[in-house]
Amino acid sequence: MEPLITVTNVDKNFNNHPVLSSINLESFPGKILGLIGPSGAGKTTLIKVIMGMEQPDTGTATILDKQMPNRIVLEDIGFMAQNDALYGSLTGRENLKFFASLFAIDRKLIENRINYVASIVNLIPDLNKKVSNYSGGMKRRLSLAISLISDPKILILDEPTVGIDPELRCQIWKELKKYRDEGKLIIITTHVMADAAQCDELEMIRDGHIISSGSPEELKAEYNADNLEDVFLKAGEQNNENPIDN
Amino acid sequence: MKILSITKRIILEMRRDKRTLALLFIAPLFILTLMFFLFQSNSDTVAQLAVKNVPTSVTKVIDNKHVKIHKVTTSDSPKKVILDHDYDGYIKKDGNKLTVTYQNASQTQAGIIKKSVQMGLIKLQINQLVAGTKKAKSAIKKTQTQLHQIANQLPAAARRNMTAASDNQKQLSKPVKLSLSQKYLYGNSDSTFFSTMFPIFVGFVVFFFVFLISGISLLRERTTGTLSRLLASPIKRSEIIFGYLTGYGLFAIIQTMIVVLYCIYVLKVQILGSIVTVLFICFLLALVALSMGLFVSTFAASEFQMMQFIPILVIPQIFFSGIIPVSNMAGWLQVIAHFMPLYYGANALTDVIQKQAGLLQVATPIIVLGVILLFFVTLNILGMRRYRKV
Repeated sequence: MEPLITVTNVDKNFNNHPVLSSINLESFPGKILGLIGPSGAGKTTLIKVIMGMEQPDTGTATILDKQMPNRIVLEDIGFMAQNDALYGSLTGRENLKFFASLFAIDRKLIENRINYVASIVNLIPDLNKKVSNYSGGMKRRLSLAISLISDPKILILDEPTVGIDPELRCQIWKELKKYRDEGKLIIITTHVMADAAQCDELEMIRDGHIISSGSPEELKAEYNADNLEDVFLKAGEQNNENPIDN
Repeated sequence: MKILSITKRIILEMRRDKRTLALLFIAPLFILTLMFFLFQSNSDTVAQLAVKNVPTSVTKVIDNKHVKIHKVTTSDSPKKVILDHDYDGYIKKDGNKLTVTYQNASQTQAGIIKKSVQMGLIKLQINQLVAGTKKAKSAIKKTQTQLHQIANQLPAAARRNMTAASDNQKQLSKPVKLSLSQKYLYGNSDSTFFSTMFPIFVGFVVFFFVFLISGISLLRERTTGTLSRLLASPIKRSEIIFGYLTGYGLFAIIQTMIVVLYCIYVLKVQILGSIVTVLFICFLLALVALSMGLFVSTFAASEFQMMQFIPILVIPQIFFSGIIPVSNMAGWLQVIAHFMPLYYGANALTDVIQKQAGLLQVATPIIVLGVILLFFVTLNILGMRRYRKV
């Protein structure tokens, strides 16, 4: 099968400080890919390189055989940023409608689509309230709904579960898995191991390097650990003992 | 149309923000009204003038409705008299010499006194001239009567010649009376300083408010992250900029319409040229302000830093907008003036509002404004590369 996203030998420096070093990545439709690692590891930068919002110093990122940055490819990507980039003076519905209008969505279907994505994140009753009156969790949910609005082939979610209660998190994972089963690719970044356990594939990132990859089970076996939390800690120790040369 | 999506969103956000709307639509009217009354009262200024030892014949000619004369007798120095009573000037006569001392804290009052004294002296000279002529006339008359008496004793033929000569004399002595009728090329005798300021002010108001509000609004998109979120969607960078131009351009045109109509119907300011041309120039000026505001917001990290651009980019433009005639400025200042959008905008507005210029006559400033607009729009679209390279 053809990979949807290919990242080849990507290096990225900020002010002579390496943020990403020789990153290689392939991901396929019908999978949930988790980028896990401590904060500051380079997860968000990797996502920005994939989306074409950052230019890598060397190497390339390709989506659907198109080298990024490419504006047209963004039509197929739903993105949820780490910070909630929403318009506070507009209502939830108006925010959804505005972002929907930036994609090529049939106008007649927009209303249905808004109601559908809002129901996934339980926001229907609050849709006509101004976003400035939303709680942190509600904003997070609205951001997630916005990323789903165009029914994209690729869903990229940067820390999607922060501030969302366990019950809703469960429901969101159910939806994401349903989405995956429709043959879509979902990439999420997280440092919450409970979320990592739900992914099909994991890439463990530390100090700009991918130090380990595989399914949650494979990682547990590799590090001889009972749960992902231990994998995470053990990987960290190993990495500190044998730092990889830049 | 993604441009329209951005435009619609801006309109929606503005409609929710009542204070900004009030700033945009009501604040200019408030300032205009204030200026209207301030500049009206300019012609009623009265200068307080102290006089010492000056004969009434002289004070009488200096006196007019802009000068109030106070006779003083103290032997205090002029400085003390002026300071003690807050007089604007002091005149003292020593022999045949008049000495005028000005307080000179306000150039307007000093100017009034200077003009009144000069006019007074001219009047005085004319009066003396007239008195002199009168004396000469009565002397001539006396000689004439004496001549008559002599002539009566002359033969008839010689007498006829004499009468003709005296008729000539009568025609000559008849004074020629000049009547004055004043006509104005632009405006009328009621034109005040306000009518001069009005076109400049309209240009400035449009420029200032649009610059500030659009700049801050794009800045907010940068700081809240919505701008980079927008650029994670398939929207073109140019569509964002054009969306902003249309959205805020619309508010700018409503603002101009309110300002212009208010001035015509409430303040009764005369607009000689076409109102459509006025609106067009204002719209163009607003777009320039908009593109400059958006561009400058790139270099501001907060709303406060955006305000810091006002003394650097906005205030200097006022000086070059025609309040001080640019043609009287030093050469290097005139060069600077030609880099100020408000110089072109205010010039074009003055020509249309006060001199009835048509669109063709103000084509040059309009074209220059267009070029400035194009320049900043291009810079803005390129500047968005920071968020996405394509």
